[in-house]
Amino acid sequence: MSLDEINVEIDQYFKTVEDYKKDGYEMMIDLTAVDWYRKKEPRFEVIVNLLSVSKNSRLIMNVPVPDEDLTIPSICEIYPGANFYEREVFDMFGIKFENHPELTRILMPDDWTGNPLRKDYGSGRIPVQFKNAPKVD
Amino acid sequence: MNEDNNIKDDLDFWATNSEEGGWNISSTDEGSQKMLEEEDEKQIKIQTGSDVVDDYVYSEETTDDERMIVNMGPQHPSTHGVLRLQVELEGEVVRRVKPVIGYLHTGMEKTGEELAYFQGPTNTTRMDYLSPLFNELVFSLTTEKLLDIEVPERAKAIRILMTELNRISSHLVALATGGMDIGALSMMIFGFRERELILNFFEKTSGLRMNHNYIRPGGVAADLPDNWQKDIKEILKIIPEKLKDYDEMLLDNPIWQGRLKNVGILTTEECFAYGITGPSLRASGFSWDLRKTQPYSGIENYEFEVPLLTDSDVFSRWRIKVLEIFESLKIVEQVMDTIPKGAYRIQDKKVTPPPRQRLDESMEALIHHFKIYTEGFKVPPGKAYVAVESPRGELGCYIVSDGSSKPYRMHVRGPSFCNLQALPVIMADSPIADAVAAIASLDPVIGDVDR
Repeated sequence: MSLDEINVEIDQYFKTVEDYKKDGYEMMIDLTAVDWYRKKEPRFEVIVNLLSVSKNSRLIMNVPVPDEDLTIPSICEIYPGANFYEREVFDMFGIKFENHPELTRILMPDDWTGNPLRKDYGSGRIPVQFKNAPKVD
Repeated sequence: MNEDNNIKDDLDFWATNSEEGGWNISSTDEGSQKMLEEEDEKQIKIQTGSDVVDDYVYSEETTDDERMIVNMGPQHPSTHGVLRLQVELEGEVVRRVKPVIGYLHTGMEKTGEELAYFQGPTNTTRMDYLSPLFNELVFSLTTEKLLDIEVPERAKAIRILMTELNRISSHLVALATGGMDIGALSMMIFGFRERELILNFFEKTSGLRMNHNYIRPGGVAADLPDNWQKDIKEILKIIPEKLKDYDEMLLDNPIWQGRLKNVGILTTEECFAYGITGPSLRASGFSWDLRKTQPYSGIENYEFEVPLLTDSDVFSRWRIKVLEIFESLKIVEQVMDTIPKGAYRIQDKKVTPPPRQRLDESMEALIHHFKIYTEGFKVPPGKAYVAVESPRGELGCYIVSDGSSKPYRMHVRGPSFCNLQALPVIMADSPIADAVAAIASLDPVIGDVDR
């Protein structure tokens, strides 16, 4: 088993994934993101994990996404299985995927504000009161 | 006829012109009558499961009046948890499906960033609650990869023993709930009854029946209990007998075959497109098992076969789980015979807390104990992805470390999350009764989907 890791620029991203698909990487296993808040520039990084069952190798692709323009092409056309993963990243990090068939929140409620997995989103942000809590309409 | 019309008019009057304000005749749930605000061709293709292989059967004579969108779930017994499906029905035939998830979302990946590495398994074990040991294993393996440490041989063997037993118990639940959804209620009782044997062994070993927190970075929490071979021998004796009983009951049963054969076809091509691994891929005629191709934790030392079926229907996906239980039993037997003696945790003072007795004698042990339990052990900066073959497919863990004692980012690639995307493919164009069988065959665990 071999595991390669490459860095791809955002404008080359779609084409690179397409090339790897032709090159025998049949499956997209995982797609996620990392928020390097105040640690690294650019702030976000999308991580795509491809698997080739014919060559028995994995490929991890790091795509930096700058904070100013949080858009990245969607790879749903190449791997239909990317659909849910891109929605999850959109939901959790607020990164927009261009040409995604249905870019809506997947895990959080539709009317939620904020992106929970960002580093500036505190986990104890919403106070929880159990006794004598004010009524919610 | 005339009278009928009058009555109808009266009712309409009361429905609309009542002083009390008209009855609300619109739907109570805003989303129930439409799947999305607006739908383009691509979305419809996904919902009809025809974006990879176009096997959509158009029916000519139906009008829009005969189509109905209903919600299945989130509280529906056959959705295995809180999965909601928006289903477009045409009579009794499912035409479009849209899975809606997130009802069990508890932010475990966010929680994982706030727990130290030694606390990590407590969190990840609650994701896929039917195969908790696999979640612990994959988290521990990733942490060990970042730490660049090798656990002792005995710990590896114990891990394999426990995870393979867990695979059996998880498959037994899959068989049981699968039978329940189709109406084979005896199967449900049988599956849960045999699972109890394994859960009892888990309870003896780790203290808990579920969510064990047994496999930890650096080894396992405790050694196997005294006389554990006796319990394993009992499991090895009883489970094959019971599996034979299931086969007698179901394998040649015409109702069972009629309900499952040629239902919910999921081809290899579709599996590749959606990233589906595990039993579903192997039931479609493609042999891919991470235990063989990318072995972990010393599983390459044991002899076992990877069962392969080619029909890619619900029946093969059910059958392959039965066959995999036999293979897992083989591994368990080999581990029992060949398990080496030695330590069950790594003898690294920075990772493993000292035994309790040492605290009274050694100042150094006390310091290490204090350091590990207050701030945890530090992990060098880096990224790692490790995957194991869980009962539902590839279970991966991706950890980014920034050098502190907590993961900077922890992501778990759950197989159920990915497998759910295939629901439109296997459910579309089949009667709703078959759709229920198809969901059960994918064996989704919602805790793993929503995390």
